[in-house]
Amino acid sequence: MAGKLKDEILHDHNHDGIDRRGFLKCMAWAGTGAFCVMTGGVLKSYSLSGLSELDPKAAAGELSFVQISDSHMGFNKPANTDVAGTLKAAVDKINAMSAAPEFILHTGDVSHLSKPEEFDTVDQILKSANPKDVFYVPGEHDVLNDDGKQYLERYGKGSKGAGWYSFDKKGVHFVGLVNVLNLKAGGLGTLGQEQLKWLENDVKHLKHSTPLVVFAHIPLWSIYPEWGWGTEDSAQALAYLKKFGSVTVLNGHIHQTMQKVEGNVTFHTAASTAFPQPGPGKAPSPGPMKVPDEQLKSVLGITDVSYVQGQHALAVVDSSLA
Amino acid sequence: MRRSVSKAVLAVALMFGMGTLAASQKDTLAGAQQKPETMEVKIDNFSFGPGTLTVPVGTTIAWTNRDDIPHTVVSTDGVFKSKVLDTDDKFSYTFSKTGTFSYFCSLHPKMTGKVVVQ
Repeated sequence: MAGKLKDEILHDHNHDGIDRRGFLKCMAWAGTGAFCVMTGGVLKSYSLSGLSELDPKAAAGELSFVQISDSHMGFNKPANTDVAGTLKAAVDKINAMSAAPEFILHTGDVSHLSKPEEFDTVDQILKSANPKDVFYVPGEHDVLNDDGKQYLERYGKGSKGAGWYSFDKKGVHFVGLVNVLNLKAGGLGTLGQEQLKWLENDVKHLKHSTPLVVFAHIPLWSIYPEWGWGTEDSAQALAYLKKFGSVTVLNGHIHQTMQKVEGNVTFHTAASTAFPQPGPGKAPSPGPMKVPDEQLKSVLGITDVSYVQGQHALAVVDSSLA
Repeated sequence: MRRSVSKAVLAVALMFGMGTLAASQKDTLAGAQQKPETMEVKIDNFSFGPGTLTVPVGTTIAWTNRDDIPHTVVSTDGVFKSKVLDTDDKFSYTFSKTGTFSYFCSLHPKMTGKVVVQ
């Protein structure tokens, strides 16, 4: 099926580190939408123009959900003076999807300054989304001043520790992790021993054939440690996931899409719905990037993820808000 | 441009600081009461400037966040801790003891700084 596509590009990711060539191609498509299918450690990417040739059942999927990230409600600087408007545009995009997603994952930085009214605004806007269930993990902007107490009260029902949890949907095991608390000077994101222990126990009894989706705010792979884009104890977490045949790791935080495949693990970061950030090392700091107004929506986006039972492949599709 | 202005301001502040420091030391020698000093640290482009400050006991340091992203100023040893600082927010702390005080931004822990109090 896949081999028939004319514009197929095959990347073999058997080495460590970011495949720069593949990464750049994925980045080049970020504005127009790319479709990536992972099978047995090999990533196949298609431009959206080739999608119609794909098996419709595979495209629709048996389980489909959507990831949004970094809504930063309350942000009002030149990079985007209307973050409520762009979040609404993201919801419109979700509601217009042909295969309706079953739920939304929000990978953190819901708010900009942890203010109650910022969380309220996001809750209000997401009420108009067709999928009614929203699963959250906190970003560092959601746990300001109170070590995440307010966040836990709002979104942490049934979670453990600082807000980590797991759940199952149609045979897929989902794990939400928290890596934005108790950060150490000079360091990166942190999961901590208590959470790692919990993770080990949480996945211990699962069949190796169970597809896993792990989501957290800060990337669980080392993207650019100089800017803090990584998690210092993620290697230990990934060691517990090694035995599984299909692991999809979904993160936010860096306000741009990136993807890497390592063995059976696909790492993916979603765009922000609020403002873009520069590519690694492409600016003096990772602060908000101002683009011309008419280009803003092309650098913001949502990520659609589909799972087809028995295929061991999760399809990850980024689409911009433009 | 903002960066260079802040550097210029800082340089002036430093010269002023050193000048008054010398003066206040003379005053102290003369038995007059030492005037409390305030030094500025600017947060620009996810970094503290200057990254290291050496000051006499009694100095107050005022941090100002000039980024479009919030930051915090948190002592590594728990001596002081600011609330979150949005753009242009300030945090001040008066150093009443000698020692080396390392600090960082708890949101972006790659951002670190140091105050040496003599």
